[in-house]
Amino acid sequence: MEFLYSAIIILVTILLAVPLGRYVSKVFKGEKTLLDFFEPIEKLIFKVSGVNPLSEMDWKQNLKALLTINLVWFIWIMFVLLTQTWHPFWNPDNILSMEPTQAFNTAVSFVTNTNLQHYSGETGASYFTQLLALAFLQFVSAGTGIAALALLFKGLANKSTRNLGNFYYHLVRACTRILLPLSIVLAVVLLLNQTPMTFKGSETIVTLQGDTVSVARGPVAAMVAIKQLGTNGGGFFGPNSTHPFENPNGITNAAENAAILLIPIAMVFALGYYLNRKKLSYIIIAVMTAGYLMLLIPTIVQETGGNPKITQMGITQPQGSMEGKEAGFGPVLSALWSISTTVTSNGSVNSMHDSFTALSGAFQMMGMQLNAFYGGVGVGFINMFIFMIIAVFISGLMVGRTPEFLGKKIEVREVKIAILVALLHPLLILGGTALASHTWMITENPGEVLKWLNNPGFHGFSEMLYEFTSAAANNGSGFEGLGDNTPFWNISAGIAMLLGRYIPIIGPIMIAGLLSQKKYIPESAGTLKLDSGMFGVMLFAVILIVGALLFIPALVLGPVSEYLTI
Amino acid sequence: MIKNLKSSLILTVILILMFGVVYPLGIYTIGLVFSSNSVGSPIVKNEQIVGFENIGQSFTDDKYFWGRPSTVGYNAASTGGSNKGPTNPDYLAEVQARIDTFLLHNPGVKKEEIPSDLVTAPGSGIDPNISPNSAYIQVKRIAVVRNLPEAQIKALVDQSIENTVLGMPVINVLKLNLKLDELK
Repeated sequence: MEFLYSAIIILVTILLAVPLGRYVSKVFKGEKTLLDFFEPIEKLIFKVSGVNPLSEMDWKQNLKALLTINLVWFIWIMFVLLTQTWHPFWNPDNILSMEPTQAFNTAVSFVTNTNLQHYSGETGASYFTQLLALAFLQFVSAGTGIAALALLFKGLANKSTRNLGNFYYHLVRACTRILLPLSIVLAVVLLLNQTPMTFKGSETIVTLQGDTVSVARGPVAAMVAIKQLGTNGGGFFGPNSTHPFENPNGITNAAENAAILLIPIAMVFALGYYLNRKKLSYIIIAVMTAGYLMLLIPTIVQETGGNPKITQMGITQPQGSMEGKEAGFGPVLSALWSISTTVTSNGSVNSMHDSFTALSGAFQMMGMQLNAFYGGVGVGFINMFIFMIIAVFISGLMVGRTPEFLGKKIEVREVKIAILVALLHPLLILGGTALASHTWMITENPGEVLKWLNNPGFHGFSEMLYEFTSAAANNGSGFEGLGDNTPFWNISAGIAMLLGRYIPIIGPIMIAGLLSQKKYIPESAGTLKLDSGMFGVMLFAVILIVGALLFIPALVLGPVSEYLTI
Repeated sequence: MIKNLKSSLILTVILILMFGVVYPLGIYTIGLVFSSNSVGSPIVKNEQIVGFENIGQSFTDDKYFWGRPSTVGYNAASTGGSNKGPTNPDYLAEVQARIDTFLLHNPGVKKEEIPSDLVTAPGSGIDPNISPNSAYIQVKRIAVVRNLPEAQIKALVDQSIENTVLGMPVINVLKLNLKLDELK
């Protein structure tokens, strides 16, 4: 049955993404939609903040606007986290202020749409923080990614002009027209399935067996909805959507899992409608889905097979590997979620990735390392765009022609930027992991002094590799056994998140700005057609070669070695 | 630059109010109107809250159905999983200890009959559910301790299976144990 459920979840999500993509394209173009009743509110917002949404800006002005407002958000959330002790309301459990490096990590994490959490929600964040800082940023950081994508689309559609549109216009409308309506729908589904939404603090109860227990709760439904939809992933509670308040049953699980994938897939369909090249969007969706299934199917096989070490103890495991998994979800639905959340940059979990069987950990990491199958809201396609530029370039070299991308010549500058952006990702992940491993090795008695690793041997290495992979990919999930709330991890992962977020936005927007100014060259017989199966195969090969080969040595040291020692 | 900064500041304030205050209050209001469970679905017995439907409780007494092991001792104020890797020797020793404890309390049960969810810890640490087999395997023990016919308890388990849509069939341990206490 679970296999059927998984297929239903994937198919329904793709089917819903088609009309949503069409709608997103209309929102980007400013065409009429059913939700135009938001327009007076948006007009008022623009008027009060002194923004003229119709004034078009070039790529530099747009990036300045993007980075400035992101900086303002960073300062706001730092302020909120460092002053929790004094929050005037919505802090019924009297949560204390965060330690500065943890606050830095958390602030970066939420501004960059990563939602890596070195704190635990029920003990580390007040309701005030959860809503006015974290949930707020879950909207606007997702909105930033979507707005960046809108600028990129404009650049691709333009002919000989510098203007990419207006960042503020797209930011506000991404939030009000796309994220808000979908969040309301998902939040209602959650409410109807017993997800709490209350401002009452924790409740102390005496259990049936006579123990006294305090039960944390709070305004959960509102936050879970946007964390799933905006590829955020930062849960209300420490264990995220494994917590029965965040994800009470099969229906919420399916809805939340679909919400992870929905907007990233819809963005690719939106490209097809926006440029009027539907076939191109189908090719890209096919490449992404092939990559997704390539990671998903072996993960399901591994998890349903159970943990061989436990089989050796004489426990038959018809249920599959159950450590870190909830009884109501089991191995198949947990594997489905774990790959959905890692290929997109979501990072929410409905089971603990650290406890998956050895090879599954490698597939989860690969999802984040390749970082192009569906991907984050907005930024997912932006990453794919980099791979497309590289694929076009390599194809051009193979036939000895100047490469063209949708009617624009791809020249040295564009390729340089694309390669730099593509190489940053492995640099952050491998460089960071090397730094952490080195620090571990040179410390005397690291298990007592550093206390990072919850697991010995290869798995311990995997914990460090996973953390930097997750930070650089702006994912936010973790091998949570890693004792990551230390200044070393707070700062190093924070830097990885910052670079991993802004460079892959700045680079592609620059390329879009450059392409936008170029003359349009009509397709000829010698042009590599992007909307052909041939290009799809080429693109897939480039992703595997550029992406996978760089990471396979590191994966061999971690999860693969662990698998081989069983 | 200055103009950017000023616009950014004002826009930020407006967006905080919209998404950090108005949106959650809106969802809260919807919850009050349409859902009676928005405080977390408490179960009330004799005017006392004895638990929340979806929050698992620790059951170690032989007269109750046990839930799954928990690395946080079912502490619902600080939840979490073991995060132990699949080959970690400490972890495997822990699983072995759980198997031994279970066999000790359930004489007659063979090792290979123990469902794996009874010896592995969930990610939340407060999983309210177990698989149906995990309940059936405890029926005999409970029948002996409570001095009730096995068939009666088995029937209770049969009725308690929740075939949730899009999820695995499960039994809510707290609800099952509450019903068990009402048996005569």
